[in-house]
Amino acid sequence: MHVRARFFAAHRERTKIGHVSVELPEGTMVRGLVERVAERFPEIAPMLGTTRYAVNREYAPLTTVLQNGDEVAFIPPVAGGER
Amino acid sequence: MLTNLDRPFQVIDGPIVADDVIRRVEDPGNGAICVFYGVVRDHALSGKATRFLEYEAYTEMAEAKMAEIASEIRNRWGIERVAMTHRVGRLGIGEPSVVIAVGTPHRKQAFEACEYAIDRLKEIVPVWKKEIGPGGEEWVE
Repeated sequence: MHVRARFFAAHRERTKIGHVSVELPEGTMVRGLVERVAERFPEIAPMLGTTRYAVNREYAPLTTVLQNGDEVAFIPPVAGGER
Repeated sequence: MLTNLDRPFQVIDGPIVADDVIRRVEDPGNGAICVFYGVVRDHALSGKATRFLEYEAYTEMAEAKMAEIASEIRNRWGIERVAMTHRVGRLGIGEPSVVIAVGTPHRKQAFEACEYAIDRLKEIVPVWKKEIGPGGEEWVE
Protein backbone atom coordinates (compact mmCIF):
# COMPACT_ATOMS: atom_id res chain seq x y z
CA MET A 1 0.00 0.00 0.00
CA HIS A 2 0.98 3.63 -0.41
CA VAL A 3 0.61 6.44 2.10
CA ARG A 4 1.47 10.08 1.69
CA ALA A 5 3.70 11.72 4.29
CA ARG A 6 3.51 15.51 4.56
CA PHE A 7 6.14 17.80 6.06
CA PHE A 8 5.83 21.32 7.42
CA ALA A 9 8.01 24.07 8.85
CA ALA A 10 11.41 22.78 10.03
CA HIS A 11 10.70 19.30 8.67
CA ARG A 12 9.83 20.67 5.25
CA GLU A 13 12.93 22.82 5.15
CA ARG A 14 15.24 19.99 6.18
CA THR A 15 13.78 17.36 3.84
CA LYS A 16 13.44 20.02 1.12
CA ILE A 17 10.08 18.52 0.11
CA GLY A 18 6.50 19.04 1.21
CA HIS A 19 5.34 15.48 0.76
CA VAL A 20 6.47 12.03 -0.24
CA SER A 21 4.69 8.80 -1.16
CA VAL A 22 5.88 5.80 0.84
CA GLU A 23 5.19 2.15 0.02
CA LEU A 24 4.53 0.05 3.11
CA PRO A 25 3.33 -3.48 3.89
CA GLU A 26 -0.33 -3.87 4.82
CA GLY A 27 -0.90 -3.45 8.53
CA THR A 28 1.92 -0.94 9.06
CA MET A 29 1.34 1.44 11.96
CA VAL A 30 2.24 5.13 12.09
CA ARG A 31 5.36 4.06 14.01
CA GLY A 32 6.50 1.98 11.05
CA LEU A 33 6.07 4.88 8.65
CA VAL A 34 8.03 7.16 10.98
CA GLU A 35 10.88 4.66 11.12
CA ARG A 36 10.91 4.43 7.33
CA VAL A 37 10.91 8.21 6.94
CA ALA A 38 13.69 8.58 9.52
CA GLU A 39 15.86 6.21 7.47
CA ARG A 40 15.18 8.05 4.26
CA PHE A 41 15.51 11.54 5.76
CA PRO A 42 18.04 11.24 8.58
CA GLU A 43 18.19 15.05 8.71
CA ILE A 44 14.84 15.11 10.54
CA ALA A 45 15.36 11.98 12.65
CA PRO A 46 16.55 13.93 15.73
CA MET A 47 13.34 16.03 15.65
CA LEU A 48 10.88 13.17 15.58
CA GLY A 49 10.79 12.72 19.36
CA THR A 50 8.80 15.95 19.73
CA THR A 51 6.72 15.44 16.60
CA ARG A 52 3.00 14.66 16.66
CA TYR A 53 1.29 12.83 13.84
CA ALA A 54 -2.04 13.32 12.11
CA VAL A 55 -3.70 10.68 9.97
CA ASN A 56 -6.16 12.20 7.51
CA ARG A 57 -6.10 15.49 9.45
CA GLU A 58 -6.74 14.00 12.90
CA TYR A 59 -4.08 13.58 15.61
CA ALA A 60 -3.26 9.89 15.89
CA PRO A 61 -1.11 7.72 18.17
CA LEU A 62 1.92 5.85 16.84
CA THR A 63 -0.04 2.62 17.09
CA THR A 64 -2.65 3.66 14.52
CA VAL A 65 -2.80 1.12 11.69
CA LEU A 66 -2.50 2.80 8.31
CA GLN A 67 -4.66 2.17 5.26
CA ASN A 68 -3.80 2.54 1.61
CA GLY A 69 -4.18 6.18 0.57
CA ASP A 70 -3.85 7.67 4.06
CA GLU A 71 -2.25 11.06 4.48
CA VAL A 72 0.08 11.25 7.45
CA ALA A 73 1.24 14.71 8.52
CA PHE A 74 4.38 15.17 10.59
CA ILE A 75 3.47 17.94 13.02
CA PRO A 76 6.44 19.62 14.70
CA PRO A 77 5.68 21.55 17.91
CA VAL A 78 3.14 24.27 17.20
CA ALA A 79 4.20 27.90 17.47
CA GLY A 80 4.04 30.20 20.42
CA GLY A 81 2.52 28.22 23.27
CA GLU A 82 3.25 30.91 25.87
CA ARG A 83 0.33 32.99 27.07
CA MET B 1 -7.32 32.11 -0.69
CA LEU B 2 -9.47 35.23 -0.62
CA THR B 3 -11.63 36.12 2.32
CA ASN B 4 -14.98 34.43 2.01
CA LEU B 5 -17.75 35.51 4.33
CA ASP B 6 -19.38 32.11 4.16
CA ARG B 7 -16.48 30.34 5.85
CA PRO B 8 -16.10 31.15 9.54
CA PHE B 9 -12.76 29.33 9.93
CA GLN B 10 -10.08 30.36 7.50
CA VAL B 11 -6.40 30.26 6.79
CA ILE B 12 -5.55 33.04 4.34
CA ASP B 13 -2.33 34.28 2.80
CA GLY B 14 -3.15 37.99 2.73
CA PRO B 15 -3.94 40.66 5.32
CA ILE B 16 -6.79 39.87 7.71
CA VAL B 17 -9.74 42.24 7.49
CA ALA B 18 -10.99 42.16 11.08
CA ASP B 19 -14.39 43.59 10.12
CA ASP B 20 -14.97 40.50 7.97
CA VAL B 21 -14.29 38.22 10.93
CA ILE B 22 -16.61 40.27 13.15
CA ARG B 23 -19.34 40.29 10.52
CA ARG B 24 -19.42 36.50 10.62
CA VAL B 25 -20.55 36.50 14.27
CA GLU B 26 -23.17 39.23 13.98
CA ASP B 27 -26.54 38.25 15.40
CA PRO B 28 -29.50 40.29 16.64
CA GLY B 29 -29.27 38.31 19.88
CA ASN B 30 -25.71 39.45 20.58
CA GLY B 31 -25.11 41.79 23.48
CA ALA B 32 -21.34 41.58 23.09
CA ILE B 33 -18.72 40.68 20.52
CA CYS B 34 -15.28 39.95 21.94
CA VAL B 35 -12.43 40.17 19.44
CA PHE B 36 -8.90 38.88 19.93
CA TYR B 37 -6.02 40.07 17.75
CA GLY B 38 -2.76 38.17 17.84
CA VAL B 39 -0.12 40.53 16.45
CA VAL B 40 3.53 40.20 15.53
CA ARG B 41 5.85 41.67 18.17
CA ASP B 42 9.37 42.93 17.65
CA HIS B 43 11.16 40.43 19.87
CA ALA B 44 11.25 36.69 20.47
CA LEU B 45 10.50 35.05 23.82
CA SER B 46 14.27 34.83 24.29
CA GLY B 47 14.50 38.62 23.97
CA LYS B 48 16.15 38.49 20.56
CA ALA B 49 15.04 41.13 18.05
CA THR B 50 12.60 40.07 15.32
CA ARG B 51 12.37 41.79 11.93
CA PHE B 52 9.44 39.79 10.61
CA LEU B 53 7.73 36.42 10.95
CA GLU B 54 6.86 33.71 8.49
CA TYR B 55 3.79 31.63 9.26
CA GLU B 56 3.04 28.27 7.70
CA ALA B 57 -0.06 26.11 8.17
CA TYR B 58 -1.38 22.68 7.37
CA THR B 59 -4.36 24.54 5.99
CA GLU B 60 -6.96 21.80 5.63
CA MET B 61 -6.35 20.48 9.15
CA ALA B 62 -5.99 23.96 10.67
CA GLU B 63 -9.43 24.99 9.39
CA ALA B 64 -10.94 21.71 10.62
CA LYS B 65 -9.37 22.19 14.07
CA MET B 66 -10.66 25.75 14.31
CA ALA B 67 -14.15 24.40 13.58
CA GLU B 68 -13.59 21.79 16.30
CA ILE B 69 -12.73 24.53 18.82
CA ALA B 70 -15.95 26.33 17.92
CA SER B 71 -17.79 23.07 18.53
CA GLU B 72 -16.15 22.77 21.96
CA ILE B 73 -17.27 26.32 22.73
CA ARG B 74 -20.81 25.50 21.63
CA ASN B 75 -20.86 22.47 23.94
CA ARG B 76 -19.38 24.30 26.93
CA TRP B 77 -21.13 27.70 26.76
CA GLY B 78 -23.94 27.20 24.23
CA ILE B 79 -22.33 29.87 22.04
CA GLU B 80 -23.10 29.63 18.31
CA ARG B 81 -21.23 32.68 17.01
CA VAL B 82 -17.51 32.05 16.67
CA ALA B 83 -15.22 32.99 13.77
CA MET B 84 -11.45 32.70 13.37
CA THR B 85 -9.03 33.69 10.64
CA HIS B 86 -5.34 32.87 10.70
CA ARG B 87 -2.89 34.40 8.28
CA VAL B 88 0.13 32.67 6.76
CA GLY B 89 3.15 33.97 4.86
CA ARG B 90 5.40 36.88 5.74
CA LEU B 91 4.09 39.27 8.41
CA GLY B 92 5.67 42.48 9.62
CA ILE B 93 5.79 43.83 13.17
CA GLY B 94 2.35 44.86 14.41
CA GLU B 95 0.37 42.98 11.79
CA PRO B 96 -2.36 40.61 13.01
CA SER B 97 -1.58 36.93 12.49
CA VAL B 98 -4.87 35.72 13.94
CA VAL B 99 -8.25 37.30 14.64
CA ILE B 100 -10.95 35.57 16.68
CA ALA B 101 -14.46 36.93 17.21
CA VAL B 102 -17.08 35.54 19.61
CA GLY B 103 -20.61 36.90 19.78
CA THR B 104 -22.84 36.25 22.81
CA PRO B 105 -25.90 37.69 24.53
CA HIS B 106 -23.80 38.70 27.58
CA ARG B 107 -20.18 39.89 27.69
CA LYS B 108 -18.76 37.60 30.40
CA GLN B 109 -19.12 34.51 28.28
CA ALA B 110 -17.71 36.29 25.23
CA PHE B 111 -14.49 37.09 27.13
CA GLU B 112 -14.22 33.56 28.54
CA ALA B 113 -14.87 31.82 25.24
CA CYS B 114 -12.50 34.11 23.34
CA GLU B 115 -9.65 33.33 25.74
CA TYR B 116 -10.47 29.63 25.51
CA ALA B 117 -10.41 29.85 21.71
CA ILE B 118 -6.92 31.35 21.47
CA ASP B 119 -5.51 29.00 24.12
CA ARG B 120 -6.90 25.96 22.27
CA LEU B 121 -5.75 27.32 18.94
CA LYS B 122 -2.18 27.37 20.23
CA GLU B 123 -2.56 23.76 21.38
CA ILE B 124 -4.20 21.98 18.47
CA VAL B 125 -4.19 24.10 15.30
CA PRO B 126 -1.20 23.17 13.12
CA VAL B 127 0.37 26.55 12.40
CA TRP B 128 4.07 27.28 12.72
CA LYS B 129 6.04 30.49 12.88
CA LYS B 130 9.59 31.32 12.03
CA GLU B 131 11.23 34.36 13.56
CA ILE B 132 13.59 36.18 11.26
CA GLY B 133 15.91 38.64 12.99
CA PRO B 134 19.28 40.26 12.50
CA GLY B 135 20.97 37.22 14.05
CA GLY B 136 19.34 34.60 11.82
CA GLU B 137 16.08 32.67 11.62
CA GLU B 138 14.45 30.06 13.79
CA TRP B 139 11.24 28.04 13.90
CA VAL B 140 9.47 28.69 17.19
CA GLU B 141 8.58 25.69 19.33
